[in-house]
Amino acid sequence: MSNYEPVIGLETHVQLGTSSKMFCGCATDFAAAPNSQVCPVCLGYPGSLPVPNEVAVEYTVRAGLMLGCDINLYSKFDRKSYFYPDMPKNYQITQYDMPLCLAGAVEIDLNGDSRVVRLRRIHLEEDTGKNVHFARTSGVDFNRAGTPLMEIVTEPDIYSADEAMAYLQALKQLMLYAGVSECNLEEGNFRCDVNCSVRPVGSDALGVKTELKNLNTFKGIHAALSFEIDRQLNLAASGAEIHQETRRWDVDAGITATMRTKEDAHDYRYFPDPDLAPIVLAREQVDRWRDELPEAPRARRVRMIEQYGIPAYDAGVLVAEKAIADFYEEAAQSSPNPKAVSNWVMTEMLRLLSERDMQIAEAHITPAALAELVGLVDDKTLNSNSAREVFGILFQDGGRAADIVEARGLTQVSDEGLLDQFVDQAIADNPDSAGDYRDGKTKALQFLMGQVMRLSKGKANPQSVQELLRSKLGG
Amino acid sequence: MSELLDRSIGDIAALLARGECSSVDLVQGLLHRIDSRDGDLSAYVSVDRDDALGQAQRADKARSEGDHRDLLGIPIAVKDILNVTGQPCTCASRILDGYVAPYDATAIARLRDAGLLFVGRTNMDEFAMGSSTENSTVGVTRNPWNTACVPGGSSGGSAAAVAAGEAVAALGTDTGGSIRQPAAFCGCVGLKPSYGRVSRYGLTAYASSLDQIGPLTHCVDDAARILQVIAGADPLDCTCLDVVVPDYRAALGGDLSGIRLGLPREYFVQGIDADVEQAVRGAIQQCEALGAEIVEVSLPHTEYAVSTYYIIATAEASANLARFDGVRYGLRAPGGKDPIDMYGKTRAAGFGDEVKRRILLGTYVLSSGYHDAYYVTAQKVRTLIRRDFEKVFESCDALLTPVAPTAAYRLGSVSDDPLSMYLGDIFTATANLAGICAVAVPCGFTSDKLPVGLQIVGGPYQEDRILQIAHAYEQSTEWHTMKPER
Repeated sequence: MSNYEPVIGLETHVQLGTSSKMFCGCATDFAAAPNSQVCPVCLGYPGSLPVPNEVAVEYTVRAGLMLGCDINLYSKFDRKSYFYPDMPKNYQITQYDMPLCLAGAVEIDLNGDSRVVRLRRIHLEEDTGKNVHFARTSGVDFNRAGTPLMEIVTEPDIYSADEAMAYLQALKQLMLYAGVSECNLEEGNFRCDVNCSVRPVGSDALGVKTELKNLNTFKGIHAALSFEIDRQLNLAASGAEIHQETRRWDVDAGITATMRTKEDAHDYRYFPDPDLAPIVLAREQVDRWRDELPEAPRARRVRMIEQYGIPAYDAGVLVAEKAIADFYEEAAQSSPNPKAVSNWVMTEMLRLLSERDMQIAEAHITPAALAELVGLVDDKTLNSNSAREVFGILFQDGGRAADIVEARGLTQVSDEGLLDQFVDQAIADNPDSAGDYRDGKTKALQFLMGQVMRLSKGKANPQSVQELLRSKLGG
Repeated sequence: MSELLDRSIGDIAALLARGECSSVDLVQGLLHRIDSRDGDLSAYVSVDRDDALGQAQRADKARSEGDHRDLLGIPIAVKDILNVTGQPCTCASRILDGYVAPYDATAIARLRDAGLLFVGRTNMDEFAMGSSTENSTVGVTRNPWNTACVPGGSSGGSAAAVAAGEAVAALGTDTGGSIRQPAAFCGCVGLKPSYGRVSRYGLTAYASSLDQIGPLTHCVDDAARILQVIAGADPLDCTCLDVVVPDYRAALGGDLSGIRLGLPREYFVQGIDADVEQAVRGAIQQCEALGAEIVEVSLPHTEYAVSTYYIIATAEASANLARFDGVRYGLRAPGGKDPIDMYGKTRAAGFGDEVKRRILLGTYVLSSGYHDAYYVTAQKVRTLIRRDFEKVFESCDALLTPVAPTAAYRLGSVSDDPLSMYLGDIFTATANLAGICAVAVPCGFTSDKLPVGLQIVGGPYQEDRILQIAHAYEQSTEWHTMKPER
């Protein structure tokens, strides 16, 4: 239909998970009362001066290393001037022409294919405050002002809204792996500006682009980008001109609309910030950080498939979050049954974490306890019902699996004599079901098994019960 | 009591230590002098009498309880650009109406720890932009030697207060000569430390890469005492370097034998007032008589210094002063229909003409299309100027120059001609561009009985050396003992 294709570049702002701000000692807690985490520096008071947060520099370099960037051992901070109420100094301290990181790439998976989105640069800057609008007045909350912010800029290497999503998800996962940000979208840790243009298919040139500002949910980015791509494709198809402008996403109307045109574009008047010395990194330090990098999730998935013999699907689920994968590997390494460990983590563990809105670090179960639990199931000490119960207790309170089995008397009943009694009683109490089974209604066996389990208080070995029932009913 | 105020910090400290006077006596004497003289001079922007006396009482009490800090209970005047907790800090601008500093500048905190008292805030050119203290919203300050003349600027209030005995000592700031030139115009000692010697934390920035805090005092020894307290690395200012702070007073004394002093050819050119040149030449001869070897040297890029200075300083100022927007503190003009309109109205009402001129200049030199031609070029020339100095300091211990081409001029005589006022910075702005130190010491008078200053310029962190030279010269003359008639 259309002979035009979209070309997209993303600028992602990632708030770094440092405990203090970029240029002062103020805390960076999200939910604090308005203007309770401020000082003369982050309020831009006369005479105050910035002092760079070394941890933020380190985190940015670690992020850059995680993304395969070249690290500039010499970089500097610049002032970017524009007036806005949420900007305490009316200039932002950022990095203009000598950022900490250059190049790099993010590999994305889409519909079974993988491709590479090249990065242009990563620079470190300070976040702004937040304007808050009331019925008749407005206020500014400066708690966020000065929070360290990384801007990760891609090349125009993205060709659909879905690819943009895949990129952002991969980027988020990598930043979580690098341990440099909470990447909490609700708290604004991860925000996106989108540059979008269209061009005739087969052309290498870039069309006139629009910029969509400050999108902060994945859903919003996808919706805004989808709308903008369609808008531009329609304009191009009808031969209309596309104007270079900044557009905003109107969530309620589901459209993008002009915010400011090229004519109103700012002249930011960048110049090196004379309050700050250049950032000079020692090569040895950067090498040390590189050595400390965690294994990237894609490589880890491949290795885990190989090492533990688990399905690709399992490995994908497990590596999604680094802490989950770490937990899994520790448990799997002390268990002869890594697939069973994977099942427990993917089902019970993830279910309980999501039900209770918890992080894995907050659960009390240890990898060793899970491995032990898997062993108790495999050696038939526990049946699956009891094992789930034990898992729940381990998750909630911690401890050793064997101790819980002991304390709760959950050891599976495989004693033939005892099972005989339960089976006989179940048949006697349910003559209709027994008859149904003999008449060929195999479903009745399940019902009778349930009765036996009830009589055994859930501890009967289901396999033995099934065999006994079959033989007694003449199956 | 009144002559007490004209004495050196060392003398006063000794009297306090011996119990021959109290800090309350000193502060009362000061307040009395301010009452009797400052009506004519307007050296001060504000004085909080009750607070000053309260500080003095606490100092006396501490002393009676065994606190023997050298400088305990000695008052110092502070240029109205430095933040002192609980005091206004208007920078002589309407735009900071109502602002009360919530914190101490590092230099202030160190002086406070050393026991000094902060009695009042001195007048200045608005945001330190000017060389005459005429660009002040609170009115002009007058020169104690001749009230028809300017005291120099921008630290004109500090210089006038010290010269008139309305302050024992004062802090000023120097971006292109703003300590040294008023010190010369008012006949006192003014020291601009090397860039990075004194923390700028709490100094309301005019031009961040040029600003330094320094003392204005009756004598060189006093300047050394104040520098000793305020110098040294500060975790709150990463441009303030961790370089050893020597014992500055230990360096004082002795003659100038074995010292080579350079006379930069480019600083002794046509256009210098004949009386000023004569006084400075006399001082050079005196230094020679004290044993110094005098050599002529060249600083070939001097002619570009003023334009380089005005590009860099205004560029930095245009960003530094952007924060004065009416949102968080200070003046907010009414009637803004949106934030941008409010900024415009506030800044139009809050800034004076010279400040607006420099913000516009700075905005222009940084703007797209002009940035390289002005700002980038100026940075390159700055490097050349710095190298000029590096080269001469390979063969000289220090340089001797006039502080300014003229002595104090009459009020209003230059204020309508910004360019000619800018040219008055020619001998001082170079030290700021090069990041080196320089001190102004009194070296005579013009035929109109106006003081003339000798500038002694030293390499980076050579404050001990220039203070030693200044001290040797000062002690061999009577100039520093002369006081304006009252």
